Amino acid sequence: MNLKMIFSTVGKVVLIEAVLLVLPLITALVYTEWLVALSFGITIAVALAVFGLSKLFFSPETPIIFSKEGLVIVALAWLIMSVIGTLPFVISGDIPNFIDALFETVSGFTTTGASILTNVEGLSHGCLFWRSFTHWIGGMGVLVFVMAVSSKNNDRSIHILRAEMPGPTVDKLVPRARDTAKILYLIYIVLTVVLTVMLLFGGMPFFDSLIHAFGTAGTGGFGIKNNSLASYNDYCQWVIAIFMLIFGINFNLFYLVIVGKVTSAIKSEELWLYLIIVILSAGVITVNLMVTINETFGTALRLSVFQVASIISTTGFSTTDFNLWPTLSKAVLFVLMFIGGCAGSTAGGFKMSRVLLLGKNIHREFKRVLHPRNTSVVKVDGKRVDEKTISGLMSYLAVYVVCLFVIFLLISFEPFDVETNLTAAVTCFNNVGPGLSAVGPASNFAGYSIFSKIVLTLAMLLGRLEIYPILLTLLPTTWVKK
Amino acid sequence: MRVVVVGCGKIGKTIVGSLLKEKHDVLCIDSNPSVITEMSNAYDVMTVCGNGISYEVLKEARVEKAELFISVTGSDEFNMLSCLAAKKMGAKQTVARIRNSEYNNESLGFMKESVGLSMAINPEKLTAEAIYNLLKLPSAIKVDTFTSRRFEIVELIVKNDSPISGLSLIELRKKTSVKFLIAVIQRGEEVFIPKGSDVVNVGDKICLVSASEDTHKVLTSLGFVGKESKDAIILGGSQTAVYLAEMLEKGHTSVKIIENNKARCEVLCETLPSGVDVIYGDGMSQDILMEEGVTTTDALIALTGSDQENILISFYAMSQKVPKVISKVNRNELSAISEKLGLDCIVSPKEIIADILVRYARAISATVGSKVETLYSLMDGKAEALEFVVMPDFKYTDIPLKTLKFKQGVLLAGIIRGSTPILPGGDDAITLGDKVIVIAKGQSFSNLTQIIEG
Repeated sequence: MNLKMIFSTVGKVVLIEAVLLVLPLITALVYTEWLVALSFGITIAVALAVFGLSKLFFSPETPIIFSKEGLVIVALAWLIMSVIGTLPFVISGDIPNFIDALFETVSGFTTTGASILTNVEGLSHGCLFWRSFTHWIGGMGVLVFVMAVSSKNNDRSIHILRAEMPGPTVDKLVPRARDTAKILYLIYIVLTVVLTVMLLFGGMPFFDSLIHAFGTAGTGGFGIKNNSLASYNDYCQWVIAIFMLIFGINFNLFYLVIVGKVTSAIKSEELWLYLIIVILSAGVITVNLMVTINETFGTALRLSVFQVASIISTTGFSTTDFNLWPTLSKAVLFVLMFIGGCAGSTAGGFKMSRVLLLGKNIHREFKRVLHPRNTSVVKVDGKRVDEKTISGLMSYLAVYVVCLFVIFLLISFEPFDVETNLTAAVTCFNNVGPGLSAVGPASNFAGYSIFSKIVLTLAMLLGRLEIYPILLTLLPTTWVKK
Repeated sequence: MRVVVVGCGKIGKTIVGSLLKEKHDVLCIDSNPSVITEMSNAYDVMTVCGNGISYEVLKEARVEKAELFISVTGSDEFNMLSCLAAKKMGAKQTVARIRNSEYNNESLGFMKESVGLSMAINPEKLTAEAIYNLLKLPSAIKVDTFTSRRFEIVELIVKNDSPISGLSLIELRKKTSVKFLIAVIQRGEEVFIPKGSDVVNVGDKICLVSASEDTHKVLTSLGFVGKESKDAIILGGSQTAVYLAEMLEKGHTSVKIIENNKARCEVLCETLPSGVDVIYGDGMSQDILMEEGVTTTDALIALTGSDQENILISFYAMSQKVPKVISKVNRNELSAISEKLGLDCIVSPKEIIADILVRYARAISATVGSKVETLYSLMDGKAEALEFVVMPDFKYTDIPLKTLKFKQGVLLAGIIRGSTPILPGGDDAITLGDKVIVIAKGQSFSNLTQIIEG
């Protein structure tokens, strides 16, 4: 294994983090929070020192890496990035407990949005900014960012791209991986700016607009109010709802639209499945709210669309405490937590494209049962899907389910009911944020023990990186020379 | 620059690798999904899986934006049709591999014109040419000729008994009145451009530049055996062997081809001039080789379809003291190993093709100022020889070279003025319209001005 290349790439990630940490430092200075600014300063110094050490000891002889190195690079980069990102919270004293702060940071980077804070409004501006900014960094992926800003092309960079980008397959937009990364980040930045401006138009203060734009773009869900977005006006809620849906769409489609291939973008089957599921779920919940708790159509529609968008894009903002909703509505949201957004978006979850493939494969199996001699191939967007992709998907499904159960069992030492523990596991693993019952939108994860917090922290990382990188890095066979 | 490559076989893959090193954006098309997966794992390219003639596939590869379209699948007809489609869709330049000898005659010009091809490449013919050049200068391991054939650049290995080992470049210069230049030395893994005081050691690989008509004299006076091969044995009756035999026959070398397929032997007899002997038999058999005079022949060329056979038979020939042994080896790793084991003369068709296409791509992409006319990779790609035409935008004309400051690792190796080759000294100057040969180590240039510091 090319250890030097692994550590040198991880070093670069830490350097990028040091640069990005300058933004919250500036925020803290603007709000004259001297202690917080100092804590960011110290963190930047630590990050630079780590980068310096990696530069000193690990200069790669060859840039050649294979998929194994790609997975390890991504996993290690995320782990070390999270640990360094934790420091400002601990040093400034905003979140004094290290494990709590780590949970919060990982929740940020993995764009989960689950929090252990009972009073968000008590946090300093610098820390609030950093907390939401981690969403933005983690949303598109930090290694994709490193690739976009790095000066060198590496023939093997596809292995890193593949390990960090969610979805069953990774499509390049343009021949070079570096240019692909640049285009993705450009789309990401433009959309974020547009959203911030639109929120400003709605009368949201600048700081709030920026924070919520980060939370929405990364499909994270950290807010700055204890009641999330409930206190903002209807216009802002609609804008955020629509943008959450937009950030749940595969970014490749935006690129297709930009280069003028609108028809092939609109024909995407994954997009259609996504829209149909959103419309159906929102419809069911709207009717359910109108009938059961006598909401008016306008309010019911706003609440349901917002919540469906928030859950399916795995953002986790809320405009109301949906824990108090009727069981049917809660059940729909629970199912949406699993599905998640489209592949190639910033959303988490099992991914729409996998659901689509799974459905098509089941359809094929049915045909095979009825007509044993039937031969057929699975096609998506008119193109044949490789059998390897399908068998990979099947084993991913199995690993996904097993991981979910293990997490659920591990946190079941807690004195909560099954609904709480199950949704806590699901919401963390799928990077959604709020669960139901005692971890619902109006509550938080503060009640969990240190052990469970560690388990859930790992669950979030597993979910964001789609299991394999973290799992394989923890396996000794990956490291043993054979 | 955007390049589309159709067909990712041995040759296609090498081309892609070389083009990427030149920082081109490459897009590959192949109909085999596993080849496509392999390509996207090993190279930073975009891939499209499908038939390279299909309109939809070409559309997906956005051929209309491609400056260069290269089709190198196994089928000539496919390549031509694919290039035709790409040309009609707006690809600027198209290159097809056309190997069938029935197309490689007078009909080639007609085909090229009607299909709109910018270039047709024939790996077999080019390989044969490379081997022919080597046979002309038996001690060389690689010979390149610049465009106008005024200069030759020869790669040599300094053997144990060589009279030049241990001498510095200045001392070497005194050995002969003919002008020459040692441009690059490879010692072990290290490649450098030597100064006058540097000494040539045993085992060094050196690059020697001289005027074409002097090459023979230089090599003779430096003690590299200058005897031209008068007869040669070729193993394997491939198309390359046919081209080579035809060239050798014209140059009055007697040729024997050993081929172990009866039907192929008969085809060879039909196509080749009667001066060429065709032997039916297994070239791997030492008996047959002995019978056909391996002990007395001047050269043995192993051109069978198998790298391993070529390597093994070459070692056997070397043990029989054949003065010149050339083997065709396609796999890079095998040629690296055999070179280490002492097999010095290896030709690789795919490297030859990749060289040519990189040169071509460079000429297209260099739109400004003096452009690269020819490019040769030396020492397995660790150094390069480039040929530029001096255009009016080059500001340093008519300045004595000793006052110019060249970049590190750059050597001005030759000037061709009109039809005279000049090996430049400090008092010479570059003038407008000259052709200039530059040797560069570890960097590439697309413009002559770039070689000068500041």
